[in-house]
Amino acid sequence: MNSNPVVRSFTIDGIQVSAAEGETILEVARQNDIEIPTLCNLEGISSTGQCRLCMVEVKGTNRLIPSCATVAEEGMEIVTSNERIDKYRRMIVELLFAERNHICAVCVANGHCDLQAMAQKLGVTHIEFDYLHPSFQVDASHPKYEVDHNRCILCGRCVRVCDEIEGAHTRDFRNRGINTLVITDFATPWGESQTCTSCGKCVHVCPTGALAEKGKSVAEMQKRRQFLPYLVMRREGAK
Amino acid sequence: MTEKIRLATIWLDGCSGCHMSFLDIDQRMLELAEKVEIVYSPLVDAKEFPENVDITLVEGALGTDEDIQKIKKIRENTRLLVAFGDCAVTANIPSMRNPFGADATLKKVYLEHESLNQQIPSEGVPALLPQALPLHQMVKVDLFVPGCPPSADTIFYTLSELIEGRVPDLTTLSRFGA
Repeated sequence: MNSNPVVRSFTIDGIQVSAAEGETILEVARQNDIEIPTLCNLEGISSTGQCRLCMVEVKGTNRLIPSCATVAEEGMEIVTSNERIDKYRRMIVELLFAERNHICAVCVANGHCDLQAMAQKLGVTHIEFDYLHPSFQVDASHPKYEVDHNRCILCGRCVRVCDEIEGAHTRDFRNRGINTLVITDFATPWGESQTCTSCGKCVHVCPTGALAEKGKSVAEMQKRRQFLPYLVMRREGAK
Repeated sequence: MTEKIRLATIWLDGCSGCHMSFLDIDQRMLELAEKVEIVYSPLVDAKEFPENVDITLVEGALGTDEDIQKIKKIRENTRLLVAFGDCAVTANIPSMRNPFGADATLKKVYLEHESLNQQIPSEGVPALLPQALPLHQMVKVDLFVPGCPPSADTIFYTLSELIEGRVPDLTTLSRFGA
């Protein structure tokens, strides 16, 4: 035990808060019931700052910073929401919708989707950008699960949970930019993966209908994420 | 007596589900009828889209060249154009053909999947656009009501607010896909 922990005092939206050493702005915000929207962050797996929804303003710099990947510092003055930030957040969500084929009405995750809920929460009623309508494949080679890349937002939650919690590292990214694809092994069909343990953690941390259990119809794919804090607790308890 | 609000409704590349949901407002239709006159709709008998319409609910995406003509005429004659439901707002189900294009879609449906009388219809039907489009890519849309379909309550609330001259806040009432 550290007998003399360093505590950082700073403010979020004018509220005085304190962080233990190494805690991120997002973690401290959550401890204080201050909501910062995220899509890629999930408690229990590492933060990568991929979705950029958690961007916040810090007094003294014009640059927005990702709260999930920024360690709190003494004296910071954080603003989590204003006209500028909210505009960018809506824009990010709109770009995610425009980038692939997110058709909520026919999606397994309809009603249980983080992207859909985020759009509603941020007041995104339509997409200003032109839809790209790319043609991505569905990989249904796995006996229990399937992946529809048309619904993937490249948040990387599945990649991280597979690596950090399951320890298999079956999944990773291939290509760059909007052509990025989450692959299994060396881009082999999921069903032929040598490393996949079929645990299904990736399916349940997936924010959208990109990863789903087979046999689920429209709106039937509820994600169960209770396992994650439990596994993390067990692991930390064993230290 | 003040003049009634002139309301029009139409469906383009849609399934009529949003109109079904509109009918689901049930007896509240009578309440509505006291304040609005439905001047054009699949539910009434007008053949031509009239002039000087206050509110038009447009269901469906733009799927054909005829839809483009219609939406332009609607825009010219409507004060408040409402994108009514997901197909109008996002192109939704009709846009599922977009990654493949119109030609491949027609071939798949009318030639490959048809065992008898294989032919792509060309007479008496409007030509498919290369891609199904949401309304706002062609005309200015004044209000977006997402939902597949929007619930009857959402529709009634939306119309009630518009009739009273207010912009409805739909953030908690409707979303893409529901």
